[in-house]
Amino acid sequence: MENVIEIHGLTKKFGDFTAVDNISFNVRKGEIFGFLGANGAGKTTAMRILCGLSIPTSGGGTVAGYDIVREPEKIKRHIGYMSQKFSLYSDLKVWENIRLFGGIYGLSDKQIASRTEEMLSGLGMEEVRNSFVSSLPLGWKQKLSFSIAMIHDPRIVFLDEPTGGVDPETRRRFWELIYEATSKGVTVFVTTHYMDEAEYCDRVSIMVDGRIEALDSPGELKRIYGVSDMDAVFRMLAGKARREE
Amino acid sequence: MKEFAAFVRKEFRHILRDKRTMLIVLIMPVVQMILFGYAVRTEIEHARVDIVGDVSDPEVRRIVDRIDNNRYLDINEILPSSGLIASSFEKNKADVAICFGQDFGERLRKTGRGSVKIVGDGSDPNSAQMIVNYVMGVLQGEQADISAELSGEDGTAAFSPSVQLMYNPAMKSAYNFVPGVMGLILMIICSMMTSVSIVREKETGTMELLLVSPVRPMWIIVSKVLPYLLVSTINFITILVLSRYMMGVPLRGSLLLLSGVAVLFVVTSLSLGLLISVVASTQKSALLLSGMGLMMPTVLLSGIIFPCENMPGILQCLSHLIPAKWFIIMVKKIMIQGAGFPYIVKEFSILAGMTAFLLAVSVKKFRIRL
Repeated sequence: MENVIEIHGLTKKFGDFTAVDNISFNVRKGEIFGFLGANGAGKTTAMRILCGLSIPTSGGGTVAGYDIVREPEKIKRHIGYMSQKFSLYSDLKVWENIRLFGGIYGLSDKQIASRTEEMLSGLGMEEVRNSFVSSLPLGWKQKLSFSIAMIHDPRIVFLDEPTGGVDPETRRRFWELIYEATSKGVTVFVTTHYMDEAEYCDRVSIMVDGRIEALDSPGELKRIYGVSDMDAVFRMLAGKARREE
Repeated sequence: MKEFAAFVRKEFRHILRDKRTMLIVLIMPVVQMILFGYAVRTEIEHARVDIVGDVSDPEVRRIVDRIDNNRYLDINEILPSSGLIASSFEKNKADVAICFGQDFGERLRKTGRGSVKIVGDGSDPNSAQMIVNYVMGVLQGEQADISAELSGEDGTAAFSPSVQLMYNPAMKSAYNFVPGVMGLILMIICSMMTSVSIVREKETGTMELLLVSPVRPMWIIVSKVLPYLLVSTINFITILVLSRYMMGVPLRGSLLLLSGVAVLFVVTSLSLGLLISVVASTQKSALLLSGMGLMMPTVLLSGIIFPCENMPGILQCLSHLIPAKWFIIMVKKIMIQGAGFPYIVKEFSILAGMTAFLLAVSVKKFRIRL
């Protein structure tokens, strides 16, 4: 199986504080990789390094085939990103947001036009194309945000707590979009607080105090720790944390 | 380049959609000009003068004519007695009264002393003081003429000093506040608006989204700045038009030079805005920083309201650090005195130096933050 992310010995220090402590892992093409951890465990820092936003103190690796230390600009062209804060421009209309990000990723006007139609019909949002994003319900915004993160056909899409603040039903519908993307060969790297979402992942890593404490499929993890759901696994591991938030 | 175009379009949409802010920003110069021009009045214009005394006296006649011919004074009424002054003030028909003593001309001729009393309307002490001073100046001029006539050829006439203000004989305050308002407005638009708009993206999380995109940070900054450059150009033109046609402030120097100086100052303010956006993490703190940290010192120390020359030593030193001060000095020289570039080289180099420094620091800091 081809790896799209290969990380070894990744460490990031801020002064005396070691936010990410010598982590190594691989992510396979087309899988849904859950990146779990309590607040302050270092997952946001690690994710920022993978996205080319931050340079590691030591260690390294590749994302989408590019070196995370030497080629962060190339990485940026081949990844999609959706952050925990809902982040589209709420004072722009739906189609304007799509067009903006199409433009940012260098798509031609023709490509943008066809992607816009595709996206709106796929999401069932044709009727709100001229609405301001601020007027949409949160669940719709998140789906739109995800589709826009995929506008340039990235190989990997990073989702930083993508479904914060919505009910389980809306979350489930959001995950249908994720499955659809992986069926096309896109790799999904997702952080989450919701353990029902962790169950949807192919493999899950759990970070505690800057280190990866466990990494396996949800089923395997439950078997190893002898519990019935991911929530219990998470509580057992995160309970070991000594670091304050 | 296509990426850049997408960005610029987005920035223009942002500010055009935010109609309320846009309106405020475009109306602000007009309101400030009107406020400073009419509400905060520090000049005399058409002060109405009442005369009490015998107007058949040729000396009195001469003075009254002189006042009537003065651009800034108008004769309102000849009152038969000084007792009527109060009612004239109360009805707001006059601003000042001049009372000539009995047999004013004859006494003046014989003894060299005429008695005149100037009565001001103290209910508005500031303007009363100013008008009284002005009338006194006019009377002194007359007195000097008379004593020259009386003393005749020997030339040892009593001398009373005459003060003439060059460029601004009536101490028109517009000459002072137009450059000030210009500096203030450009500063607000460029530093406050830019910093708030960058910090807003940090707050909403869209900045992250832009940073993980392949767009270069430099283009993000340039496209942020561009719309505000346009807005400040509009403001600049508004102020110039208002000052010319509403306040009657001339533009004696070259418009090109003035625009050049304004562009330099705009770049200064933009780099200050950038610096603020790096330091501040919320829109509120960006507003506070640019309000308290930039506007207050600019208003107080740049010479807009209080002349720098009258400040205590320490504050004078501090005022040298205010970019707006140098801009305002240059604008005054160009607009009012019609000075060419050789006369503003010193101020221009100081401001250019400050700008280069600020720009270097803010771009470097901005990079680090990214």
